[in-house]
Order: sequence, then structure tokens, then C-alpha cells
Amino acid sequence: MRISVISAAALGLIASTAFAEEVLPTAVSFNDDGAVEQSLSGTAGDAANGRIIVGDKGQGNCVACHMVNDLADVPFQGEIGPPLDGAGDRWSEAELRGIVANAKVMFEDSMMPSFYKTEGFIRPGNAYTGKAADDTFGPLLSAQQIEDVVAYLATLKE
Amino acid sequence: MKILTGALLATVLTASFVSADPVDDTLILNEDITLVTRTAAPAHLSDAFDEVMSGWLFRGTETRAMQADDFDNPGMIFVEKAQESWDTVEGTEGKSCASCHDGMESMAGVKPTYPKWNEEAGEMRTLQMQVNACRTERMGAEAWGYDKGPAINMEAALSSVSRGLPMNVAIDGPAQSTWEMGKELYYTRTGQLELSCANCHEDNYGKMIRADHLSQGQINGFPVYRLKNTKLNGSHSRFKGCIRDTRAETYKPGSAEFIALELYVASRGNGLSVEGPSVRN
Ligand code: HEC
Ligand code: HEC
Ligand code: HEC
Repeated sequence: MRISVISAAALGLIASTAFAEEVLPTAVSFNDDGAVEQSLSGTAGDAANGRIIVGDKGQGNCVACHMVNDLADVPFQGEIGPPLDGAGDRWSEAELRGIVANAKVMFEDSMMPSFYKTEGFIRPGNAYTGKAADDTFGPLLSAQQIEDVVAYLATLKE
Repeated sequence: MKILTGALLATVLTASFVSADPVDDTLILNEDITLVTRTAAPAHLSDAFDEVMSGWLFRGTETRAMQADDFDNPGMIFVEKAQESWDTVEGTEGKSCASCHDGMESMAGVKPTYPKWNEEAGEMRTLQMQVNACRTERMGAEAWGYDKGPAINMEAALSSVSRGLPMNVAIDGPAQSTWEMGKELYYTRTGQLELSCANCHEDNYGKMIRADHLSQGQINGFPVYRLKNTKLNGSHSRFKGCIRDTRAETYKPGSAEFIALELYVASRGNGLSVEGPSVRN
């Protein structure tokens, strides 16, 4: 727990004002359907930034596995998961938050990575170095980044 | 916080893909030998696959063509280097490989059976380990580093004389426990991305993951000449790269884990032709 706070803070991902309301990766509360009602950051998501995160290799890189028509400018979209077009019609905000935070709660054994999780990994590494994780280990996306992605997904209507 | 980038950088040659299915094409080597690039899955794999397929079928037209002709295959330059070292005297015993073995062609049929149990040593040996055993125990020469230039060149040469023969590693008897260990590793979801080999190469082969066209992750084509790094690559180095891309702590080439994984992955391709050195992006 402590570890993730330190790393997120070190990366400057958390505005200090939002810090107090932040839900830690180990404290996220999923309902029976795998949805998460409570905002993880306590600050409304920024859909425009979420759009960047979804398409950026260095951030969410969701397009590695999903196609998104709205991101037609991003080349090489994968086809491992379903296209995200219309995600905002299919899912509520709480459901989208649950899927992005930890899709394995809703979809058992899903191949989709758990973006807001810090425990329970087998041989976790230090990013893409191939070396063991150290005390900079944190979730794949910060609380605010998750909120931004959720805000963006909610705009994807058909 | 990058996700899935490492393996996904080789965008240049895959850019021309429109459909992601494996191609319907036949690999004829030097207009002479027809290689088996798809065949019925071995019995131990029949729950997962009907057919096993070479990675060759998942690569672009130009890359496939390069592998079909030894004059166009950049991997063959390294085979020539190994041929020289085959004839070079090294070590305290004043011997070369050729002092004890006939020409390289005498090794036809060896590659498809490796990794193989060595009764005398009581260990599972990859081809590189066997070559090093000859070097250290019979030549009085130093062992070559695992997957390093001289070792991988020799593996490519030993492989080249077996091209067209079916992969045929033994998985029972003394090999069984190592095979089980390799299988366990294959299905373990490692790293922060929690992905197993099977997630990508069994459940999603034929699909695009970012810019990459996923194959079944077979090793019948190893060593592999990659256009991305313009050198020969060993299977252990490939395993290492794939595990690294799950944001995991990797194992080392030559480790017990990778020896076991090599045996298991090789057994998933039993029946496919030996292709090494093959060409990939
Ligand atoms: C390694 C591949 C992979 C990555 C990376 C990935 N996903 Fe997924 N995603 C999947 C798969 C597979 C499913 C289908 C659910 C299942 O497992 O049955 C899925 C399902 C979903 C769904 C629900 C499907 C629907 O009907 O819309 C959403 C929403 C989603 N993902 C969003 C994301 C977002 C946002 C990201 C990036 C932050 C992301 N995914 C990254 C593989 C991935
Ligand atoms: C002093 C003689 C000697 C030299 C020199 C020698 N070998 Fe060997 N090699 C053997 C013998 C004997 C065997 C079979 C016994 C065994 O399995 O160890 C063998 C086995 C092998 C095998 C396995 C064949 C099989 O059917 O499994 C390979 C491959 C091989 N050698 C490659 C090489 C290479 C490459 C070199 C040079 C770097 C080399 N050897 C040098 C004596 C030698
Ligand atoms: C995130 C998905 C992913 C995972 C997990 C993964 N790989 Fe790969 N692997 C790839 C991609 C992409 C390539 C390059 C395209 C191809 O051949 O599939 C590749 C290539 C390979 C190749 C080269 C195949 C050839 O013909 O050149 C082998 C062998 C391989 N992987 C084995 C493994 C093994 C063993 C594991 C588990 C330790 C593994 N991979 C895990 C994505 C993955």
C-alpha cells in the first residue's frame, strides 16, 4: 500500500489536494457485478486526457488489444478484446471503472491486465527491464488516470 | 508505465497486413525441399489445437520469401561462420569438431531430437549444452556463452542440415519431469500484466496485438534471424523477451527454467519441419 502511494506521488500523478480522497489499489470496493461505484481519485475524470491514455503506448495502451474508431489516427490497433466503440452505451460509469481497475473481477480469468492493482503478481518486474520489481512498483495507471479513462469510455456512444 | 511495447516495436514489416489469418502458402526451400509448416497437432496438444503452424505462416510476403532461398536468407552468413569454426582447432586437446565428427551433414537428424536426455551426464541437454559438453570435456576448450554469437551460429548450422526433417523431441521417460515443468511455466501468468505464453500464443494466435501478428510461438524455426536486430536469436532469448513484455522478472538463457520451457515448446511443434535459421521481423 505504502509503496504505491510513494511511486504515484513521485511520478507527480496525484494532485496533492486529491490525495486525501484517493482510494488505494488495495482498498477498491467492487460490487457483486465487478463494478466500482466510488471515484478512485475523488476528482472528476478528464475525458480528453483519457482519450490520450487509451491510445498511448506509454500509458494505457488499450489499443494494443482493442480497436476504437474514435482513435482512427492511432495506427496498429489490436483485436484481442472487443472494439470499444459504444462502450458508453453498454456499461455504466461504475461498471467501466470496475473493468478498467481490475477486469478480472467482472470477467473471470480475463486476459485484460488489471490496471489498478499492486498485489498478487507472479514474478512482478520493474516495468520492461526484465529485472525484479523494486520499491518504485505501483499500479499500471494512477487513480486519476483511471478516472480519466472511464470519463473517456463513457463518451463512446453509438 | 508503458504497456506491451517491447515486443510490439517491429511495426515496419507487419504494416502491410490487412487480414490477420495465417497465409495459405507453401514453403519450398531452394526450389527443392517442401517444408511442413502446418500439420496435425501432437497428441499431448490435441485438446488445445487441431493443427500446429510454423511462425513462417504469420509473417509478411517479403520475409517469407527471404527464408525460402539460402542466398536471400541473412541467417546463412552465420551458418558459414559456424562451418569455419567446425574446422578450427581449439583447446588443450588440439582438436576441432571435425576431428571427431564427419562433415556438418553428418549431424542431419540431430536437431529435431533436442532438447534430449543425456544418460551418461544424467541431465536434459539443449543442443547448445551438448556442443559445450564436447568443447569442455573433449576439446579442452572454453564453453561458449548461452545464445551468444559462436553458440547460436553453431546451433544454426546444426539446424540447417536438418531442415525439412520433422521436430521429434521425446517427452516421456527421463524427459517427463522436465517436460511437466516446462508446461507449468507455459501456462503461468507472469508479471504485472499477468499474461502466460498460452494467453497470446494458444488463445489468440492469428490475431493482431498492436502491430504484431500473433503466431503459435513455435520454435521449429530457431535460431531465428530477426530483421529487427539483424542477428540470429536463440529460443531462450526469445522467451526472455516475451516474459519481459509481461512486465515480469525474466529467467536467464541457459537456466533450468528455459531448458524446460524449450523442451515443452519444442514438443508443441513435434511434426513441423526444422526450419532454422528462419527469418522473422
Ligand atoms: C492484453 C489485452 C488487453 C488490454 C491491454 C486491454 N484490454 Fe480491455 N479487454 C480485453 C479482453 C480480452 C476483454 C474481453 C473481456 C473478457 O476477458 O472476456 C476486454 C474487455 C474490455 C471492456 C469491456 C468490453 C466491452 O464490451 O466494451 C472494456 C470497456 C475494456 N476492455 C477497456 C479497456 C481499456 C480502457 C484498456 C486500457 C486501459 C484495456 N481495455 C486494455 C483485453 C485487453
Ligand atoms: C574428441 C572428440 C569430439 C570432439 C572434438 C567433438 N565432439 Fe561432439 N561428440 C563426440 C562424441 C563421442 C559424441 C557422442 C557422445 C555424447 O553424447 O556425448 C558427440 C556428440 C555430439 C553431438 C550430439 C549428437 C547427437 O546425436 O545427439 C553434437 C551436436 C556434437 N557432438 C557437436 C560437436 C561440435 C559442434 C563440436 C565442436 C565444437 C564437437 N562436437 C566436438 C565427440 C567429439
Ligand atoms: C503479450 C503477448 C505474448 C506473450 C504473453 C508471449 N508472447 Fe511470444 N510472442 C509475442 C509476439 C507479439 C511475438 C512476435 C509475433 C509472433 O510470432 O507471434 C512472439 C513471438 C514468439 C516466438 C517466436 C516465434 C517465431 O516463429 O518466430 C516464440 C518462440 C515465443 N513468442 C514464445 C513465447 C513463450 C514461450 C512465451 C511464454 C514464456 C511467450 N512467447 C509469451 C507475444 C507474446
